[in-house]
Amino acid sequence: MSQPKTIRVLFVLLSIGASLLATSVLVLLVGENPIEVFGHIWQGAFRNSEATAGVFNFWIPLALCSMGLIITFTAGLWNIGVEGQIVAGALAASWAARTFVLPNEIQIPLELLLATAGGALWGLLIGILKIRFGVHEIFGGVGLNAIISVYSIYLIAGPWQPPEGGSAQATQPFSDYALLHPMSSQFPVSLFTLILTFAAIIAVYLLLRGTRWGLQLKATGKNAKSALLLGVPTTRTTLTALMACGMLAGVAGAYRVLFTYDSLRPNVSGGIGFLGLLLVLLTGMNALWTPIVAFIFAAILSGSTRLRVSLQLDSSLAGVLQGILVLSMLLFNGLRQRLFERRRASAAPPASPLDVQPLVSDSKAASGE
Amino acid sequence: MIRRLILCMTVSVLLLLAVAPLAAQEEFVFGVILVGPESDHGWSQAHFEAGHYVEASIPGARMVFFPSLNPADAPETTLHDVVQNMVDEGAQVVFTTSDAFEEDTATVAAAFPDVTFINVSGDDVLTGEAPPNVGNVMGQIEWMKLVAGCAAGLTTETGNIGYLGPLINGETRRLAASAYLGARFCYELDGGNPEDLTFTVTWIGFWFNIPGVTLDPTAETNTFFDSGADVVISGIDTPEVIQIAAQRAANGENVFAVPYDYREACAQGPEVCLGVPFFNWGPDYVRIVQLVQSGGWMPSWDWQEPDWSDINNPDTSAVGFLPGDALGENADTLNQFIADLAGYATNPFVPDSFALWSGPLSLQDGAELAAQGQLVEILDVWYLPQLLDGMVGASE
Repeated sequence: MSQPKTIRVLFVLLSIGASLLATSVLVLLVGENPIEVFGHIWQGAFRNSEATAGVFNFWIPLALCSMGLIITFTAGLWNIGVEGQIVAGALAASWAARTFVLPNEIQIPLELLLATAGGALWGLLIGILKIRFGVHEIFGGVGLNAIISVYSIYLIAGPWQPPEGGSAQATQPFSDYALLHPMSSQFPVSLFTLILTFAAIIAVYLLLRGTRWGLQLKATGKNAKSALLLGVPTTRTTLTALMACGMLAGVAGAYRVLFTYDSLRPNVSGGIGFLGLLLVLLTGMNALWTPIVAFIFAAILSGSTRLRVSLQLDSSLAGVLQGILVLSMLLFNGLRQRLFERRRASAAPPASPLDVQPLVSDSKAASGE
Repeated sequence: MIRRLILCMTVSVLLLLAVAPLAAQEEFVFGVILVGPESDHGWSQAHFEAGHYVEASIPGARMVFFPSLNPADAPETTLHDVVQNMVDEGAQVVFTTSDAFEEDTATVAAAFPDVTFINVSGDDVLTGEAPPNVGNVMGQIEWMKLVAGCAAGLTTETGNIGYLGPLINGETRRLAASAYLGARFCYELDGGNPEDLTFTVTWIGFWFNIPGVTLDPTAETNTFFDSGADVVISGIDTPEVIQIAAQRAANGENVFAVPYDYREACAQGPEVCLGVPFFNWGPDYVRIVQLVQSGGWMPSWDWQEPDWSDINNPDTSAVGFLPGDALGENADTLNQFIADLAGYATNPFVPDSFALWSGPLSLQDGAELAAQGQLVEILDVWYLPQLLDGMVGASE
């Protein structure tokens, strides 16, 4: 017995309403008008095409990471190392940008290719640590995140420092031929990467829905031991899932250095990977909902810049709104499930987008032992 | 009577309507972009309060600001986005208050040619790389770092001083070196042998703590004290050094701190505070805003001296040093040292230079910086390539 779609939508709307209400109370407590605050966030995100471009520029890396994380979550992997995979992609793209002098049409694909390779390699390392050495992907990811972060700072302050001297703030801005170009001055977003992001969304959706690999990911994620007994190559599935996520995160990292900042910076990932984790958990790994919710998050965060500038209100309020939204959606989702569990006579209902939570696979089964 | 009342009301309304736009026209919006939070008790707060100083000093001036603009705290936005928002609010001048913003300021300034940008601590105007609507300003805090070093040199009993630096560049090297020269001079003044003085610099990697990225300033300060230092001088933007010193002093240890950047920094631990070298950006902000208002602003690289008649004058001095309670009986010696610096700086027969920056001085690798009796040119101080010989710590 599945839950009626209208009920699910109703609960989603209820959760959004509750989060807006809770945030409004908070805003009132700090002496501001909630309508004005929400108006400023909206204005900040969509007041003109340039502002909207800002939303897209944050959405692109967030959506890429989130789609990658859907793959790893489906395989039952908590890929905390996605942050490191973003940085690995950023480093690889930066290396290419500093090394090659080619026409833009050749240079950009080359940089992105290397970025995907960098991210994939960093994802693969997590997989090897898990499978060969029994290091859980969470611990492996955290460790590798720290290593790549420190290494990027070393490069910025050391070998890649600007000619006038290192300040550990950024490398020298990359040359124009090495950068992604905006589609127009009115809408400064890279068209190439935007198309790539939409392609990634569709690809992940189709891969998970209609391919053998997608089925293997699901089987490994649901129960790695059983999957192995049924002949699913869980080791290969685990490694390829981490590599695929790394590839998408690598492109996200490349976008940060080749478009957002035009140079490599410390902390270039900026927590986008962690936000992606939250998003994917929130949407229950749904490949269609995830980019939409990512866009809402990107709009709230980008719009919050205006909160600070116009109302002199702490921009972390946007983070509070986002946090309350997440909590509220999880809470109402739990309530909905509990409500329906009472009405169920037997068996679990088929999974809905908001029902599915990732299962952490048994590392031995994932390693194929 | 009613007719007269109506007439009066009509005239009042008309007057109000006429005056309101005039009042609105008087508003002058300026932006302040901070790299850290506005309440960091350090660098960013000093700039934030300078913005308030402008509001108090220039009728109609209104600040819009954005705190913590860095990839870790605000990954969703960029300098361009923030400036766009400020310009939409009517900002005509934008202060970008970190050398972290130097490159982006030049790029963004080109996109907003009608807005004046002031990048604090950069040197793009000096090097000729800045667009015509960018200026640079910085205070000659080197003088006050000499004083900070002197306070440490007079106070240390172990002959071991720590310096907690941020990241390594020309600015941070010259500030650490100034503190070293001041410490060495006053250690000797107090009867010590300067060759016995240990002056160790530890760089945490950024201007403030970023967990997982920089070294932890709390841990590094504790390491200094654990390894025998009894005075730690802060070169970072946040107050961990004085907070740790205060905690350890509360446990009976005889330790001291010299915080940095912000006038009120000693309030974090007055019992251990030897004093604070601080920036006073207000007067320069006011000068720049007034120049822009009058149309007389021209791009310049300003490295502002203290007002030697009163280095702590909030209306005239770009930098200052407020002695701390923990100086005790050394306060008189330190005041004399400050007076001597003032005498040096205002002596018309002394070439433009910093006191104590005179030969024989060598760099860490042994290369000569200044021969016996030779003064170091101020731009050679600005671009100091290494720490000085005698200092312990990395130069690159």
